[in-house]
Amino acid sequence: MSILVDENTRVVVQGITGRDGSFHTHQMVEYGTEVVGGVTPGKGGMKQDGVPVYDTVQEVVEKEGANTSVLFVPAKFASDAIVEAADAGIKLVACITEGIPALEMSRVSHQLQKKKVYLIGPNCPGLISPGKSKVGIIPGRICKKGSIGVVSRSGTLTYEIVHHITHAGLGQSTVIGIGGDMIIGMKFMDCLRLFEEDPETEGVALIGEIGGTDEEEAADFIKNEMEKPVVAFIAGLTAPPGRRMGHAGAIISGGEGTAKEKVEAFERAGIPVAHEPEEVVKLLNGLMVK
Amino acid sequence: MKIHEYQAKEILRKFGLPIPPGEVARTPEEAESIAKKIEKPLVIKAQVHVGGRGKAGGIQFAKTPGEAKEVAAKILGMEIKGLRVKKVLVAENVDIENEVYLGIILDRKSKSPVVMVSPEGGIEIEEVAKKTPEKIFKKPINSLDGFLPEEAEDLSSKIFQDTDLRLKLTEILGSLYDAFYKKDASLIEINPLALTPEGDLFAVDAKMVMDDNGLFRHPEIEAMRDLEEEDPTELEAKEKGLSFIRLNGNIGCVVNGAGLAMATMDIIKHYGGEPANFLDIGGSSNPEKVTTAMKILLADPNVKAVYFNIFGGITRCDDVANGIVQSLNQMEVKVPIVIRLTGTNEEKAREILQKTDLLHVPSMAEGAKKAIELAKE
Repeated sequence: MSILVDENTRVVVQGITGRDGSFHTHQMVEYGTEVVGGVTPGKGGMKQDGVPVYDTVQEVVEKEGANTSVLFVPAKFASDAIVEAADAGIKLVACITEGIPALEMSRVSHQLQKKKVYLIGPNCPGLISPGKSKVGIIPGRICKKGSIGVVSRSGTLTYEIVHHITHAGLGQSTVIGIGGDMIIGMKFMDCLRLFEEDPETEGVALIGEIGGTDEEEAADFIKNEMEKPVVAFIAGLTAPPGRRMGHAGAIISGGEGTAKEKVEAFERAGIPVAHEPEEVVKLLNGLMVK
Repeated sequence: MKIHEYQAKEILRKFGLPIPPGEVARTPEEAESIAKKIEKPLVIKAQVHVGGRGKAGGIQFAKTPGEAKEVAAKILGMEIKGLRVKKVLVAENVDIENEVYLGIILDRKSKSPVVMVSPEGGIEIEEVAKKTPEKIFKKPINSLDGFLPEEAEDLSSKIFQDTDLRLKLTEILGSLYDAFYKKDASLIEINPLALTPEGDLFAVDAKMVMDDNGLFRHPEIEAMRDLEEEDPTELEAKEKGLSFIRLNGNIGCVVNGAGLAMATMDIIKHYGGEPANFLDIGGSSNPEKVTTAMKILLADPNVKAVYFNIFGGITRCDDVANGIVQSLNQMEVKVPIVIRLTGTNEEKAREILQKTDLLHVPSMAEGAKKAIELAKE
């Protein structure tokens, strides 16, 4: 199984002819992802890495049967491109682009929610179900097909932990980078829910960082609604304080978003927290034996 | 991006918010001439990007232009939480009968702007939120529909019984949301919104934080960036595409990716060391970024060892290795360097580094331990 992407995933790359889009299209094709088309307005008719390029997402859906989109469109145009994908009938959009204004993402995330379209990101590395499909920029060779679900707000820190999970022989069912921005599509909780339902996933590694209270919400969810073992790692215990959002930040969330508060929330919920990336594997092994 | 109170007030005034008359001054003489124009009792407020100005003596009062000059002379040059005061806002000091809190913030949870009001405004607002949360009224705004008049009306009715005041506040809330939305803010706070004995409302203090990602649409706000408030090294790093924050330790860190950079600082601390900085060289890092990073770190006399922790994805390890070699050729490196490179083109990187006598370690934890050990010598 795995979640969100698998062998039935048919990808359209939005912004396929750009620097990052073309590079990662090549990587995805090489990994074995079904990249069925690309979109760059005005460049319809050409080919990129053997992939046909169209002017609109609609055409790729109609002619090539795309069901998933990955976006490398520049920030100024990215929110329109996300909505275009959703309107064309795409069911999952992974937005790699960083730098999209938060208020635009607020609008877009509500629009996609209405249409029941999954949104990953923005400002994220995308997702991969090892051996099946890679949608985004997570390096394929550090992953291995297996039983651990990984969900993370970070990029390279995710790779670090995935690398340890692979070396320990456990492998991953799906790895998802949900992105580091204020307003994102799928959150920890949404991904945890899917991992809980996925028969292939036996345990989950959650990688959080400072800011917001998504980790605290996730801790509650795991405690109340999950049976599968979850291990957490939180980055930023030594991060200097002072990125306060006036009084309003504390009023709205009831917390300051520090790593310490997050670690405590997980510990209160009985979820083990690793002190360093390598320890995630040890903790997972400990829980999975049971 | 943070902006100063006087800048926030300039913006909000254009959106029709009632702001007491006032202007910014850089010298006591300027403060005096502004005071002459206002012809009312005055408040002189330090303009620095930190909270707690009042408690630090950065907010003082004056009755005459002469007094304003004296007070401004005292505040200008004052240090508040490590920041030197270079500007003061000279404004009319309105009489306050009652203080109301207004705030709009982007909320991760509802993925929406949330408008908040409380009748208990003033500096103790966070205490109010903790002890009597029922006195804070919040409304998440559906960003597809915008802030509806009836939503604003509903919030106002929680604050004022009086119809006239309620209408005024409804209008203020509408303008505030308008400013938030049109200027791509991530936070606006009016605390307090003062009710005067005459029944007027004034935004006595204003705080605005802008969404960095929205700045490309607002060059007029980008122009408000106060370079004097930012660490020159952090600015230089930013210009070169690096993200750098100075800390107090002695182990310089060069890492790709913010999450891994934080985790690297954490692991150094975990094994008993102290990181000297946060430094993220970003995704596609060319050798030049690495030499810039080295230059910045080595300029800090506290740095006793440098730790490179690179997990190559988009970042190619050989690029980083070439950058390290170039740095060794370009500058005198007196401190030990510990290198951990894993991922894309790792083998090529190792070949490049073989020609140097730098220490290459197999894992993140190993590197941290080694760097700590070397920094002690």
